Amino acid sequence: MTLDITGLKVTIGGKEILRGVDLSLEAGRVHGLAGESGSGKTMTGLAVLGLLPHGARVSGGISLGGRDLLALSPKELNQVRGGEVAMVFQDPATSLHPMLTIGRQLTEHMRHHLRLGKAEAKARAVDLLTKVRIPGAEEAYGRFPHQFSGGMRQRIAIAVALACSPKVLIADEPTTALDVTVQAGVLRLLRGLCDELGLAVLLVTHDLGVMSAVADEVSVMKDGLVVETGPRARVLREPSHPYTRALLDSLPDHQEPAQDGTGRDEPGEGER
Amino acid sequence: MQEQEGAALPPRPATPLDGGGEPVSPGPGAPPARPAARRRGGHPLARFLVRRILMAVLLAWGITLVTFVLTNLVPGDPVAANLGQRALGDPAIVAQWRADHGLDKPLWEQYLLHLQGLTHGDLGTSQQSHRPVSEDLAEFVPATLELAGAAILVSLVLGVAFGVVAALRRDRLPDHLLRVLSLIGISVPTFWLALVAFYVFFYRLQITPGSGRVDPALGAAPGVTGLQTVDALLAGRWDIFVSAAGHLITPALVLALYTIGLLTRFTRSAVLEVLGQDYVRAARAKGLPGRVILFRYVLRSALVPIITVAGLAFGSLLSGTVLVEAIFAWPGVGQYAYKSATTLDLPAVMGVGLVVGIVYLVINLIVDVLYGIIDPRVRLQ
Ligand SMILES: Nc1ncnc2c1ncn2[C@@H]1O[C@H](COP(=O)(O)OP(=O)(O)OP(=O)(O)O)[C@@H](O)[C@H]1O
Ligand SMILES: [Mg+2]
Repeated sequence: MTLDITGLKVTIGGKEILRGVDLSLEAGRVHGLAGESGSGKTMTGLAVLGLLPHGARVSGGISLGGRDLLALSPKELNQVRGGEVAMVFQDPATSLHPMLTIGRQLTEHMRHHLRLGKAEAKARAVDLLTKVRIPGAEEAYGRFPHQFSGGMRQRIAIAVALACSPKVLIADEPTTALDVTVQAGVLRLLRGLCDELGLAVLLVTHDLGVMSAVADEVSVMKDGLVVETGPRARVLREPSHPYTRALLDSLPDHQEPAQDGTGRDEPGEGER
Repeated sequence: MQEQEGAALPPRPATPLDGGGEPVSPGPGAPPARPAARRRGGHPLARFLVRRILMAVLLAWGITLVTFVLTNLVPGDPVAANLGQRALGDPAIVAQWRADHGLDKPLWEQYLLHLQGLTHGDLGTSQQSHRPVSEDLAEFVPATLELAGAAILVSLVLGVAFGVVAALRRDRLPDHLLRVLSLIGISVPTFWLALVAFYVFFYRLQITPGSGRVDPALGAAPGVTGLQTVDALLAGRWDIFVSAAGHLITPALVLALYTIGLLTRFTRSAVLEVLGQDYVRAARAKGLPGRVILFRYVLRSALVPIITVAGLAFGSLLSGTVLVEAIFAWPGVGQYAYKSATTLDLPAVMGVGLVVGIVYLVINLIVDVLYGIIDPRVRLQ
């Protein structure tokens, strides 16, 4: 299933946050979204789920497999959230409820969306925890978030997002809050899940290293607009927009990313 | 503390980006990040409870010491307060009175005797009522607990409900109305409100019964708990229950208004704060229905500050009972405390101090235990 965002405009309190964003996500592909702080990356992700801050006005089109998400009733939208489009947030320390067990947070929406029984939901949750490679999934099920490290928590957050087999995953800087040594693992996990499950992934990051390591397509945002979009190799090697060039020049080691230009790269050390 | 990375994905050809080799790969079966509460025997919650209760016992002993010392430090001569003018002139009578009440012994011995008595439930004899203090307290304390308990219950239910509504309808009409209500509740003095309520509802409108706890014609329900409403229900005496509840409602509401105002404001800000948390947004992103998010995600977190405030508010509510009891002629411990303090009835004063101290202790214990139940980070540490 594809997610097409066309001419998306968001205004909050008279201020134009997004000024006509166009993006297209395809199944089994990771779409990297880069751009400086405040350019509207998070707002784009939140708009898809209808989670924009109070008082935000939206126009344009967000279509999921031909269905206009902006026209859905709140009830239908709740079916889409978690069920078809899921989101992973930046900071796993705050995006899991500190007082609820991992199991509870994993199964609640499963039981709601998929109408699973308690035992079925639990079996599925343990499967998911294994899939995101949480050691001792069975025990982890009954634990609380503070009993896990940051990297583990982000894996759990990914498991929560995947619990109802969504088609689209929006990952908003999923590795920014993590230690460099665990970033690679989380990215590799995302890449693998994308291939294995045929997910369409929007990977928000302002780290071009991360981008060059996992993304198939890359878009660059500036001031509420997508200024450049295209296959990773082209965008990162022959940027056509001056802003993209400036971004690339500002990479710390000023390396030439993605030299082979074919196929996908292992998310190796692009985790800086 | 190591992450288990890259165990299950199919290997991919290395690229220049990999910089040679996997950055992290401790291999399969790496231990989980932090071991969960190490089992030292027993459920974590049970161990948490035992710890808190032991602490409470220690504090209770501290309370006996403090009430004893403070009571004996008051500048005032209980002899002068209790003997008449003529008896005071006779040194033999004074000495006899002091010996009778153990006042001739050194202070530490008095304290040990006091403690020894306490272990038998003996709080001494009131110099005013000439009855054992424990009997007096058994008569008056339940009345106060019933009044204060009803008030805190009403405040919790209404305060939390109002606060949640105000937060969810932020800056709209319900929020504005509730803000005015809570402001009134917080700023109106309780004794004034008690007088007005008594005048309006009893004297003018005659819709509430007057003084006391229950219609004397009905008699009291057989005492099990000492709480008239509960005893009446236990005895199946519907008529007594209605009368007792009728007597209770006005003073309890008067007493509760301040706490309702306080809890409304605190609940509102606590809920608003939680609503802005990442995990609430994450819960929305999961597509959970609004009421599940409110009750399971939002209220659970907001309860921690709410409980803290409610525990503290119960203290102010107890001191408020002194005036409310006086105005509604409610035969509670507030009136008893006032009388014994003004007559320097030391055993009675100590008894009241002890009971009030223990009530505070129990409230704190309940608050602590609730923290432990609500927040795993408290009980698993
Ligand atoms: N609640 C809000 N109300 C009004 N404006 C907001 C709100 N949240 C964010 N904005 C504005 O929206 C714009 C886009 O913010 P957004 O969070 O999407 O940026 P971003 O690209 O995700 O940046 P970052 O890399 O820092 O996460 C910013 O100018 C920000 O000031
Ligand atoms: Mg952002």
